[in-house]
Amino acid sequence: MNRFPESAGVVVIGGGIIGTATAYYLAKAGFKDIVLLEKNAIASGSTGRCAGGIRQQWGTPMNVELSMKSVRMFETLEKELGFDFEYYQGGYLLLIRNESQMTQFEKNIALQNSYPGLHVELIKPQEIREVCNAINTDGLIGAAYCKTDGHANPMLANYAYAWAAQMLGAKIFTRAEVTGIDVTKEGGIKSVKTADGSTIKTARVVNAADGHAALIGKMVGLDLPIRSFRHQIMVTEPVAKILDPLVVDLAGNLYFRQTKHGSFVAGQSDKDEPEGFDMKSDYRFMLEVSSKLEKIMPALGNVKIVRQWAGLYGMTPDSQPIIGGVRDVEGYYQAIGFSGHGFMIAPITAKILSEIILHGEAKSADVSSLDLYRFAEGRTIKEPNVV
Amino acid sequence: MSDDKDNANETIICRCEDLTLEEIEKAIDDHGLRSFDEVKRITRCGMGPCQGKTCRKMVERMLSKKTVNGGISALEHTTFRQPTKPVDVKVLAEAWEDESKE
Repeated sequence: MNRFPESAGVVVIGGGIIGTATAYYLAKAGFKDIVLLEKNAIASGSTGRCAGGIRQQWGTPMNVELSMKSVRMFETLEKELGFDFEYYQGGYLLLIRNESQMTQFEKNIALQNSYPGLHVELIKPQEIREVCNAINTDGLIGAAYCKTDGHANPMLANYAYAWAAQMLGAKIFTRAEVTGIDVTKEGGIKSVKTADGSTIKTARVVNAADGHAALIGKMVGLDLPIRSFRHQIMVTEPVAKILDPLVVDLAGNLYFRQTKHGSFVAGQSDKDEPEGFDMKSDYRFMLEVSSKLEKIMPALGNVKIVRQWAGLYGMTPDSQPIIGGVRDVEGYYQAIGFSGHGFMIAPITAKILSEIILHGEAKSADVSSLDLYRFAEGRTIKEPNVV
Repeated sequence: MSDDKDNANETIICRCEDLTLEEIEKAIDDHGLRSFDEVKRITRCGMGPCQGKTCRKMVERMLSKKTVNGGISALEHTTFRQPTKPVDVKVLAEAWEDESKE
């Protein structure tokens, strides 16, 4: 017996937060026969492996606007979805180590504070210690601090969207790998094929496969400029609460936060990481990040690391996502290539994608500059604040 | 297993995270979970200092009885993650200093 329906109003591919939230906003708007297919399990990909940071401190107007709107949604989302996912507005502290960083941050903060409702402060080392007296401020000349930024448990937020979508009638299938997409002669979506040999008739497909999005794009003849890179992360045992904000040290290549559970999550980027789907852990990462962590938070020296893991960043050439439909395939939509900052803008992105599917255009924010064709047409986005 | 059921609300499965048999069963039943990783992501079972060394086998037994034919070997496997035992940040930091010298 076929485990899937014969037909669907839309097939969403990917059970991360983008896919499940898109299914949720479509269902909430009354869209019927939503099917979501996930190759592994909910939150088994990028979302479940991410650090869970939610910040509004960006350097381009569009990113500031998107992230502000996302935070407004996060503020009431646990109530709306009926599930606590540890959302906490503990702030974001972006550490500043040199004058050239300071110049860039002053520019970013002027832009950010031009938006009513967003308040970012440039604080001194003494004030950093007032936010968290465990931070060693040697070598720091200041920090950009936004109190309404914060963090959440990405796995639970992902599940919260999935469960809320199911309650509204969306059908979510895990262990359901998509192996092909059929397109009509006229260039419209016809059906989706799965690994068990099933076919689901549908006129609409949503590609929400982030790190694996290029594989889905290829099924409809698109050559998507998305490349996957491993990013590693590690976590300590839980300790008493000493840190509210998520801390990013751009110059030191380190970020960390303390979860509601009490553990510290910490990570860094590796510019030499080769492209690929490798998600194995490398012990040198754990040593190097421990070394940096102890220097900036000496009190953590006696805390134990319990686990290390890795996930994929689906990177685009300008480190900005690709959102919306495409010119040549009617009924194909995508929200992909989040380049490591998808979780924080997931609510607004998914809402916008649902609006594009329902009404043919975005209503909550203008994301037309995030189209697929910006790369070929020389309209790439220059965001200085990518970690 | 009637003896499991009778004490389900006081039988601890995950000692690190203080999770009972009843709580884990409820998560599995409510959400149709089929793997230890799913139980872990939702309940934190296996995320504590022992990294699932105590609870994993018990949860896998519960999963195999509820969800799949073919016993525990038919379940999806979880990834065993380093370090094998929790290690102090300062010990790892010292190891990095040594490594950087080489």
